[in-house]
Amino acid sequence: MAPRLIPAHRPETPLTAGLPGPWTAIAIAIVLAAYPLLMRELGEDFYITLGSRVLILALAASALNLALGYGGMISLGHAAFLGAGAYTVAALAGQGINSAWIAVPAAVAIAGLAAFLVGAVSLRTKGVYFIMITLAFAQLFYYLAVSLPVFGGDDGLQLTERSNVPGIKLENDLAFYYFVLFTAGLAFVLLYRLVSSRFGRALLAIRENERRVAAVGYPVFRLKLMAFTLSGGLAGLAGALLANLSMGVTPHTLAWQQSGLLMVMVVIGGSGYFWGGITGAAIFLLLEEAVSTHTEHWNLVLGVLLLIIVMVAPNGVMSLRERVISQFRRKSTQ
Amino acid sequence: MLALILEQSLNGLQYGLMLFLLAAGLTLVFGIMDLINLAHGSLYMIGAFLAAAFSHYFQNFFVVLVLAIAATALLGAVLEKVLYQHLRRMTHLSQVLATFALILIANESMTMVFGAQPVMIGMPESLSGSVSLLGDELQYPVYRLLIIAVGIAVAIGLYVLVNKTRLGMWIRAGASNPTMAATMGIRIKPLFTFVFALGAALCALAGALLGPLLAVSTGMGESILIPAFEVIVIGGIGSMRGAFVGALLVGMIDTLGRLVMTSAFKFFAVSGAATLGATLASMLVSLLMVGILFFRPRGLFPARG
Repeated sequence: MAPRLIPAHRPETPLTAGLPGPWTAIAIAIVLAAYPLLMRELGEDFYITLGSRVLILALAASALNLALGYGGMISLGHAAFLGAGAYTVAALAGQGINSAWIAVPAAVAIAGLAAFLVGAVSLRTKGVYFIMITLAFAQLFYYLAVSLPVFGGDDGLQLTERSNVPGIKLENDLAFYYFVLFTAGLAFVLLYRLVSSRFGRALLAIRENERRVAAVGYPVFRLKLMAFTLSGGLAGLAGALLANLSMGVTPHTLAWQQSGLLMVMVVIGGSGYFWGGITGAAIFLLLEEAVSTHTEHWNLVLGVLLLIIVMVAPNGVMSLRERVISQFRRKSTQ
Repeated sequence: MLALILEQSLNGLQYGLMLFLLAAGLTLVFGIMDLINLAHGSLYMIGAFLAAAFSHYFQNFFVVLVLAIAATALLGAVLEKVLYQHLRRMTHLSQVLATFALILIANESMTMVFGAQPVMIGMPESLSGSVSLLGDELQYPVYRLLIIAVGIAVAIGLYVLVNKTRLGMWIRAGASNPTMAATMGIRIKPLFTFVFALGAALCALAGALLGPLLAVSTGMGESILIPAFEVIVIGGIGSMRGAFVGALLVGMIDTLGRLVMTSAFKFFAVSGAATLGATLASMLVSLLMVGILFFRPRGLFPARG
């Protein structure tokens, strides 16, 4: 197993990548695998679909977390890569190519390529300029999707059926959930390997002090571009699953608000924590579901909550654990 | 043909000047307070909604304008005191998120107060006519000419304020080095509040002026926010001159690009030429920004060395 990262001494930037122990991961995998069976027993099939949705957006948020939390690249354009994946699947399906073995890798490749191109230009800039240029690129993709007739304009593209995986009927919501769980699970393992590798540590170091890492001799630009590309590719994977879940894609997936919401999920969970994207997406979607049943003004609730989170816990839910632990330590030493 | 080009150029100038009103506030707030304010477009929207609300009570358009500007400036000052003062010390990520939250809150509360339907502001009678240009070839609305005149007047006013007055000197000092400015005895906190309120006032001016031309709706803030950000990024964040040049560039390219593309598509008989031209023109602006940042990563007129 890769070595656990050493805890940071600067509280504002958790160098502990918040990496999970193997038992936590296994426990969570078991809970997620048992969840739809329990819901089926209870006759709440709706919650199986909601579960798929949470997993998919957890993947998208974790992908953004790789760039944002680990690499310190504040991208306000990740919806573009989510959309690139989704549009690839839908466009291929429109050409009669339904096999998941072709559509899903193609979605990842296209989104990764898009991220590579965007990153190659954007990463030359810093700070606010980077935020704005990623936003501008995302708008480019948005306008492209809206204006080109191939992509169906404002209506987007519809899927007539979900992608084909030999042996499984994905039209079944339960089967689809397990397909998503398996695919996202693989992606999470990959992400774990990435952030606990030398590459991941170099990325963290770049986030903390870019000049110093460059001075030590790391190829900073190349590492950042690699992380950004991988992040985009994984977002594309989430997009491919999302298109399958909602049986189509609309330009709304590419809108800049969507990029903002992905960022919100990461920060609610805790940017730079392994579980950050996953926790954030789960909290966000479950809260949205719960609040929307009571009021139609979910955006107002979200806005207020978000303000409170930014002011009180800007490092997200995952940082609260450390805060609580350090509180206890302080008490016991007194 | 000449009339069409002149008309579209004037429209581009008008759009560019309105963008400048937003970009000027945005670039001032960013330059002096080091703060990314995504909610700047929301102040523009709120200004327009307030103008719509006031226009029910007052007949005089000028009174409505002044009231909307004053109310929005007050709101801006309160926001700065309550929220932005703290945000200033936080990371860019926190600023993006907090101001994104403000957009959500502003949009939702405007929908709750004014309803989901767009609100109209009546055009003042005396300004609803048009004038003949190019010897009767072109009938151009007086109101749009008024907007252009106001935009130019504000641009000159801001130039004088920033470059020729003591207050402007403080603002420039604060923008180049806030800590040093504070040490030299400039009262930086009230200055920040003033700058923010000024930005809000400019937003409200743009929103209220454009109200009679556009339908006032909740999405309008975002639809101008992104071009305004592109303007300040193209011009160089923190630079007033950059904001002016960038705004005119973006306004012209968007409007004339639309004209050129639409006629090109019509010429080649592509279906849906008008919408295609409009979206491709918007892409052109994004492309311009990407191109400029590629060669000059800090914009055309970098403000800080």
